[in-house]
Amino acid sequence: MRWYWIDRFVEFHSGRYAKAVKNISLSEDHLHDHFPNYPMLPNSLILEGMAQTGGLLVCEHNQFREKVVLAKVPKATFHCAATPGDQLIYTAKIEYVRPEGAMVTTTSHKGGVLHAEAEVVFAHLNHPKLGSLFDPETFLRMMRLLGAFDIGVAADGSPLTPPRGLIEAANGKE
Amino acid sequence: MPTKEEVFEKIRTALVEALGVDEEEVTPQATLVGDLGAESIDFLDIVFRLEKAFDIKIPRGELFPEDILTDATYVQDGKVTEAGIAELRKRMPFANLDAFAKNPAVQEFGSLLTVADMCRFVEGKVEVTD
Repeated sequence: MRWYWIDRFVEFHSGRYAKAVKNISLSEDHLHDHFPNYPMLPNSLILEGMAQTGGLLVCEHNQFREKVVLAKVPKATFHCAATPGDQLIYTAKIEYVRPEGAMVTTTSHKGGVLHAEAEVVFAHLNHPKLGSLFDPETFLRMMRLLGAFDIGVAADGSPLTPPRGLIEAANGKE
Repeated sequence: MPTKEEVFEKIRTALVEALGVDEEEVTPQATLVGDLGAESIDFLDIVFRLEKAFDIKIPRGELFPEDILTDATYVQDGKVTEAGIAELRKRMPFANLDAFAKNPAVQEFGSLLTVADMCRFVEGKVEVTD
């Protein structure tokens, strides 16, 4: 099952913030059920996209060594609906990363107007059963697919590259 | 230098934001887990908000020493040993552990911490006036 709720990163500043685009299209099947004759992207999936933007930012900051799991949304406010034809820009900013977890503040803008805002808390989990969800190959493919390494900037200002450990782990699986 | 009242107000704001509770629910006697419904992940959130509100650092395990509760030297048959209680008293001078010491079941520990304990914890880290 594919679970991508962002289309592409447009900015990715390691350890600081990331921006991602989500284009909403009437070709997304689920919009015809939510709601019949009034398609709108469900707020839960917008929140998922905002969390994916922030979650990958946190994962990269941790060099993909931690299992970063969405644990809590202390606050989420949606100011208007997002409908087919809209382009949403999600911004996620790291508030903190600690050994036990992390938090990001996120916004969604539609045509330059604030559309939604949320706080998202992630936990670092180490349960062995989570292993298959955090396959290094999947991470590498996801980051490449979303263009993070095309536009990303590392903490020292150099172009963002995949951590060596992630590449080795991904290659080791092949 | 904040007053004790200002410390309480900031803690109340942090708990309202982190736990989604009403201001009126956050009384000094309210327990974080039992009355305000805090879960383990909430402590990470609460610690962050306290650090930001008071410009302090709270190392892992300082407010909620979970490491003691998972340490086999301090826990036997699901209960914290006398040595464990002594260690908790040392690590948590801001909390009243007397009631817990009478029935030191690990699962009861989460219901121990009150808002007043949290105020005392912060007051131990920032200078306050009356």
